Amino acid sequence: MRRASAFLVAVILAVLPAATKRPDVSASEQTFRVPLNKEQRLTHAVERLSFGAHPGELERIRQYGLDRWIDDQLHPERIPENPILEEKLRPLASLQMNNLDLVQHYPPPQMIRAMSKGGLALPSDPMLKAAVQLQIDRYNAKKAQADSTPPAAGTQPAMAKPDPAVVRQALLGVIDQNQIATLRKGTVEEKRALLASMPPQQIDQLLLAMPVGMRRSLMPIAASDVQRKIVLLTTPQQLIPYDLNEAKLLRAIYSNRQLAELMADFWFNHFNVFIDKGADRTLVTSYERDTIRPNIFGKFRGLLEATAHSPAMLFYLDNWESVAANTGRPNAKRKRGLNENYARELLELHTLGVDGGYTQKDIIEVARCFTGWTIRAPRQGGDFFYNDRVHDKGAKVVLGVTIPAGGGIDDGEKVLDILARQPATARFISRKLAMRFVADDPPQALLDRMVRTFQATGGDIREVMRTMINSPEFYSQGAFRAKIKTPFEMTVSAVRAVDANVDSAVVIAQRLNELGEPLYRKVEPTGYPSKNAEWMNSSSLLGRMNFALALTAGKISGISIAPERLGSMDGDPLAIASQLLPSPLSAATRETITKTLESQQQKQPALVAGLLLGSPEFQRR
Amino acid sequence: MHSRRLFLKNSALAMVGIGSAPAWLGRALYASDAPSPRKKILVAIFQRGAVDGLNMVVPFGEKRYYEIRPSIAIPAPGSRTAGECAIDLDGFFGLHPALAPLKPIYDSGKLAIVDAVGSPDPTRSHFDAQDYMESGTPGRKATLDGWLNRALPPESGKKSPLRAVSLGPSLSRTMRGTNDALAISNLGDFQVKDQVSAATFENMYAGTVDQVLHGTARETFDAVRIVQDIERNPYEPANGARYPNGKFGQSMRQIARLIKGNVGLEVAFADMGGWDTHVNEVGAKPTLGPLANLLGEFGQSLAAFYQDLGDRMSDVTVVTMSEFGRTAKENGDRGTDHGHANAMFVMGGDIRGGKVRGEWPGLASKQLYEGRDLKVTTDFRDVLAELTVKHLGNQQIASVFPGYGAPKFRGLVG
Repeated sequence: MRRASAFLVAVILAVLPAATKRPDVSASEQTFRVPLNKEQRLTHAVERLSFGAHPGELERIRQYGLDRWIDDQLHPERIPENPILEEKLRPLASLQMNNLDLVQHYPPPQMIRAMSKGGLALPSDPMLKAAVQLQIDRYNAKKAQADSTPPAAGTQPAMAKPDPAVVRQALLGVIDQNQIATLRKGTVEEKRALLASMPPQQIDQLLLAMPVGMRRSLMPIAASDVQRKIVLLTTPQQLIPYDLNEAKLLRAIYSNRQLAELMADFWFNHFNVFIDKGADRTLVTSYERDTIRPNIFGKFRGLLEATAHSPAMLFYLDNWESVAANTGRPNAKRKRGLNENYARELLELHTLGVDGGYTQKDIIEVARCFTGWTIRAPRQGGDFFYNDRVHDKGAKVVLGVTIPAGGGIDDGEKVLDILARQPATARFISRKLAMRFVADDPPQALLDRMVRTFQATGGDIREVMRTMINSPEFYSQGAFRAKIKTPFEMTVSAVRAVDANVDSAVVIAQRLNELGEPLYRKVEPTGYPSKNAEWMNSSSLLGRMNFALALTAGKISGISIAPERLGSMDGDPLAIASQLLPSPLSAATRETITKTLESQQQKQPALVAGLLLGSPEFQRR
Repeated sequence: MHSRRLFLKNSALAMVGIGSAPAWLGRALYASDAPSPRKKILVAIFQRGAVDGLNMVVPFGEKRYYEIRPSIAIPAPGSRTAGECAIDLDGFFGLHPALAPLKPIYDSGKLAIVDAVGSPDPTRSHFDAQDYMESGTPGRKATLDGWLNRALPPESGKKSPLRAVSLGPSLSRTMRGTNDALAISNLGDFQVKDQVSAATFENMYAGTVDQVLHGTARETFDAVRIVQDIERNPYEPANGARYPNGKFGQSMRQIARLIKGNVGLEVAFADMGGWDTHVNEVGAKPTLGPLANLLGEFGQSLAAFYQDLGDRMSDVTVVTMSEFGRTAKENGDRGTDHGHANAMFVMGGDIRGGKVRGEWPGLASKQLYEGRDLKVTTDFRDVLAELTVKHLGNQQIASVFPGYGAPKFRGLVG
């Protein structure tokens, strides 16, 4: 019986493709033929091509003209950047550094060990030198402790507590008794006021005088520049991801070039690298800045070229270690050989897609072509380097195309040419863009149009995007509110909706860790998924609700909201909904919030705004 | 029995719909299902950073061990005062002295050790090796889900929203997949912080026409109610069990609490970091230094869990793993570097323990993997597959460990 029904299913499945070729389309495809009205078009475009509207932004775009706004967004270089953003990015010094500077300014633990043994000179910058000296002291103390203290039963292994008298003496050299008491036992506001009253040099001295735990405890309440000093003095290398997280969140929140920010996120995620894998700790800054961002609206082949040459990708997917058989150094500690990781992900994730019609043999041939694409001294901020000695000199056949022997570095370039021209690549990239910007299951007619543009323009990403946005399916009921925001999109859009001032985004970054979307820390080369189902689970839902409530209640450190942005309780307490939500308030939500307000003695705008940002309506875009 | 259960289900669902089901009802739903038959529970523990297996389960019977680790070897049992040398297990292997709390469990036959176990993939990258062990597919990076999610048996009866729980801020790789799984850092925080808002959100989502959000919210508030209910009373571990204060001890404590709360838990995951002991692994005495500290917390946590669960251990198995072992030889910094094979602990009521299993490959240069590391003689998937089939009762082993073929069972469960 069971076997019979399985047979039946198989027969139906076999017939199915023929059935879908009929002119009439499925119900879900049908919804992509129902157009949006003018008002819906405006909100939909802004929801999809930005991280959500600021207060009053929809009206401004309506005045300016939606088509003009979209055209600007496709040409970010024409849009003047928000000066507030530039001001906020300025202190994030690591963003401008090259790989070598990053290693030298924010030394990893191995380098600090080398410095402690005198094998390496200390840095010259005074604050940096102090930071490194602190690390060396800690390292030596830890080493001494390992040889002396027994582990206490039932306790976590921890550093020996510094002598309180010594700490106190050190602190008294910088601040007075009352100020110490404030730092120890004062309220958040009192601590903030104290820090704000000190000149920068005094803060430096104070931080240096503090034991690690006390310094760390100031992290949530400190201003952004002090936070950076705390990170530098505690774990210098962590300043790199700190700056990257701040910058990514600040840009998403403040940038006038909203679509460019979405595209930078899309392409970084498409060509994902993981910042905590070894040398990638110092390579990701340049990867995002120099490899991804200049190419977001360029030719796809250019992105491929840039990522294939980038030390961050070469390290992340191990190609830097891949050598032709029998070319490794004979006395090397570990035997090396062909490493297929990059080749496999290049085909499966970067270009053709898993069903793109390649074989395991193709993977090996592609890997052979990329042997010798390596990095000069990866842990010292190295650059791309082609090492001909370990390159596989033989002929290769990739997807049926022969790459003759002796091509050297050009073998890899030819592979990129072949892959960029494959129809499977045009299909895979078009589908992925449509899944992010249109719907989880985009209609075939839209995909076909995007693929045609991709092929006709030699993979021009801006034109593919333009085709997508100008398609009737983009402005259809099938696409309208069809996507659930990722945690990144949700938190950023909430901050934008209430027009909050962000002094430090570190707490948002922490929340994103808890919501399962830590920035720059997706371990797998797949990047984060964009499908709705991946972003809706119990922990995530609770996390969103709690974030919404904390944000509007002013409980997210580093973020403040002007009271008028939360609306008022005069007149309709839910009037604020039209500003906060991308679509009209549903009857169910209105009724529930109204009931809650009736039961409350004190009606708080912050509570209403928090409930609205945590509502089902706000979780979609 | 049957009709009572049905009544509970229907009335609970009806009340959830209006957002006012009493907390006990949500839990009663799973508790009433529990005794007939009680669900088996598998707890997976990951030691991130690669624990030094040769100092954790000490091959003191092998002379070569002391030759290649002159300054960091753990002395043989009896060679020094008790507590400062390995604890004899079978005349050849011994436990690190910091693991003393595990010895009684081993002696009672409920703790088995598998030695020289690991992944067939040669990588010595933490990142890749953890990824492979968590996905259960060594060498395949494209696997999106984790083995423990795939190991969940097909659902029977009403699905508990707390079937699969990963301790920590985000869902571990091991636990990711198509079966619903929860990441919980702290049971006390698993809620909407303010009661009025919680009730409002619940009603709001119950009324939404958005099917995806409606469904997720219903499951969420079900789970919240259950967790809140067991959180209502302060937790007092049974049988005098004392969990260490560190993160791992607290993770084990929360898993025990979920199990004893009968919330329908079937698989759980927790991890412990810090095992990457390249430098000064062992202090002036074997009981000192980073490795001893870590093993102390590790062993005390597992032993407290065992003690706390008492008879309930008959349903529970705990298995530990680490991405790879460390070099057989000590390095120039009195530490060890990235190696290959390691040891796994398997603890539970239906475990045939009191034995160190696995073929011992030896430590002579020729016997070492690539001349430097302990050789893998047992694939880690053999251990996990046996627990999946014989403990959890999930026979679909080809979909839990795709591409592995027929795993060899080691007689761990019986």
